Amino acid sequence: MNLLAESKLSYGDGGVFAEYAWILVVLPFISALIITFFGKKLPYKGAEIALATIGSIFFYSSALLYKHITEGIVNEFFIVVGNIGTFDIEFGWVVDGLSIMMYFVVGTVALLVFIYATNYMKGEVRYTFFFTSLTLFAGSMLVLVSSPTLIQILIGWELVGVCSYLLIGHYWETKDNSSAAMKAFITNKIADIGLMIGIIILALNTGTLRISEILYQSTHDYEDIKNVAFVAGVLLFIGAMGKSAQFPLHVWLPDAMAGPTPVSALMHAATMVTAGVYLLARMFPFYEAMAHEALDIVMLFGVITLITAGLIAVVQDDLKKVLAYSTVSQLGYMVAAIGSGAYTASLFHLWTHAFFKALLFLGAGSVIHAVHTNSMLEMGGLRKYMPRTFITFIIGTVALAGLPPFAGFFSKDEILASLNHEGETTFLVISIIGAFVTAFYMTRAVALTFLGEYRGHGHPHESDKMMTVPLMFLAVFAIGAGWVNIPGVYTGFTTWVTTRANKINEYHPESFDYTALFSGLIAGLLGIGLGYFVYQLQGSADKGDKLIKVEPIWTVLENKYYLDHFYFKYLINPTKLTIANAVDRINTNFLDRIINSFGLAASFLGQIVYNNFDQKGIDKFLNASSTSTDSFGGKVKLLQTGKTQQYLMLFLAGVVTISLLILFII
Amino acid sequence: MIVQPVLIVAAALFSLGIYGILVRRNAVMVLLSIELILNSVNINFVLFDAMLSDTMMGGQIFSIFIITIAAAEVGIGLAIVLMLFRNRQTANINEFDLMKW
Repeated sequence: MNLLAESKLSYGDGGVFAEYAWILVVLPFISALIITFFGKKLPYKGAEIALATIGSIFFYSSALLYKHITEGIVNEFFIVVGNIGTFDIEFGWVVDGLSIMMYFVVGTVALLVFIYATNYMKGEVRYTFFFTSLTLFAGSMLVLVSSPTLIQILIGWELVGVCSYLLIGHYWETKDNSSAAMKAFITNKIADIGLMIGIIILALNTGTLRISEILYQSTHDYEDIKNVAFVAGVLLFIGAMGKSAQFPLHVWLPDAMAGPTPVSALMHAATMVTAGVYLLARMFPFYEAMAHEALDIVMLFGVITLITAGLIAVVQDDLKKVLAYSTVSQLGYMVAAIGSGAYTASLFHLWTHAFFKALLFLGAGSVIHAVHTNSMLEMGGLRKYMPRTFITFIIGTVALAGLPPFAGFFSKDEILASLNHEGETTFLVISIIGAFVTAFYMTRAVALTFLGEYRGHGHPHESDKMMTVPLMFLAVFAIGAGWVNIPGVYTGFTTWVTTRANKINEYHPESFDYTALFSGLIAGLLGIGLGYFVYQLQGSADKGDKLIKVEPIWTVLENKYYLDHFYFKYLINPTKLTIANAVDRINTNFLDRIINSFGLAASFLGQIVYNNFDQKGIDKFLNASSTSTDSFGGKVKLLQTGKTQQYLMLFLAGVVTISLLILFII
Repeated sequence: MIVQPVLIVAAALFSLGIYGILVRRNAVMVLLSIELILNSVNINFVLFDAMLSDTMMGGQIFSIFIITIAAAEVGIGLAIVLMLFRNRQTANINEFDLMKW
């Protein structure tokens, strides 16, 4: 409507760059097709096409980001593909601060992960298919983040879900892996129902599927949307809870570690778990203007997630699972920040987290590649064998623990400052405890993996350059990604992501909030110190756990709050035993019978037609014609005796007869 | 100009030839009968040429053509009969029923 006109004065429209941004979305799908059909015949089995694609996406998104920084772009494009009733079904692409930031994150992280994966996956099963899925995974995320309509968001959302299913279950020959893939898919599906209903409610009450329209209506106090705002806001958040792994729907994410490590890195940094936060950020003006109560719920769940997941991470022995729970915990920070109304802080944390978490996962992958186990109890002392992995991993750890001047420090501080500003003291304290826990479990992971003596039986060695070079690039980002948004010094990032068609009203700290800053910093330092003390100075590995083992909390944490037990006992098994059985009975006794009787009737009818019409009718006629030809031919052929004189005799007889006829009749 | 007796001789030769073709069992005799027929035709050609006083001598020239062709034909025919005789040790035309159904 007129909302683009509203903002056009201050921002550029991006020109040709914005107009052709659809290439970003379409390219991965085209190349996935090419890899599928021709990948196996190529010298690098399709990996080169995936790399070329993601490389172009990276360069295009970098160019877009550069253009955005220099002039500020807000534009959106629509293509009408059909309509249902009065609803236009539109696809398109958005080019504004938020989506450009996401394009860049996806492009950068995916490029480095792809390079890493070409080496990591060498010699593994279904190598080509892996790259097809990985390309599709990045493409689906781009569909999602480029979406100007809710329907396209839903499509991207589901595509991401399907691709994650394919990738988590990459080694599906093992039952555990395929169950993990199934778990991820079904958990997400449950959350998706919330998203779908939310979208339907919003669409029915606004009469449009365009996000910018809905946001315009919510910021201009339209009555229809106001009535359903709370319900719709909560339902959209339920959708976000699934993808962004919020308590209690986070259970799929740690299990998703069954997939190959590059998948985990991509999924945790850029392409999947950020989807929920992105959705909340995209709809932020709506929440801000109409569904403020829903934001409180968002914040509550974010805070619960950040502390519960962080605590579980402390007791995990699997290196990747520690990182997985850490991701859940960090997503909790992002969601809590959105809930407190700190839009920029949340996206800033998403931005820095993407880089250092990708770094940590790829580092963990490098370690696992070297020692062939996930268990930290069989690692230790790896700093001597893998110096490059060790240094980059340390950088990631420090960034995650939030020490200056690494990336995580600035983003986490901004979240804490926003919580402090909102006066949410309880949540602030929990978040600071969360920061302490984060620092503690990361120190534990580093101590168990890299420090002390090697406890395994293999011969660990440093990984190939194709794996360590992406680590170094990510380490640069993990150090520097936070410098784009330092309060009072340079706040470029705030300008990038708030450049949108709809104005964002949010709190953004003008200068450092020293209460939050120092409490966060002290919590981080304490965590690192305690971790180092317990796991390095007081004892190694297994001894360390004994020092801090507090029953029964430890057992509860090891069993993940019995959440999986609860789901199995009260949701999955009852469903399996009652509903599934009932449905099965209906199926066999009722549906199958109907279908079977149709089949029997059809078979009976067919038999009749075959006997009477086909056999006695058509076949008989055809057989009769052929047998009669055969018998007639059998008689006529006797004339052909092969005796020349007989032929001549007959010929002569004919000539004589005709001559006589001519003579006497004419 | 004596026409009738010559025509009768030609017709007699022709009939003899036909009879020979139809009745003789020996393939060589059948070929000889074919020669008889051709020669009866030649007689007719020469007769009518003389009778009509054709300035181009068409009938006589044509009879020379026929003699040539007859020679060629006999050559081929005898060769075939020879080959058949070698393979089958007989020249009986009734034995040669390769074209039978």
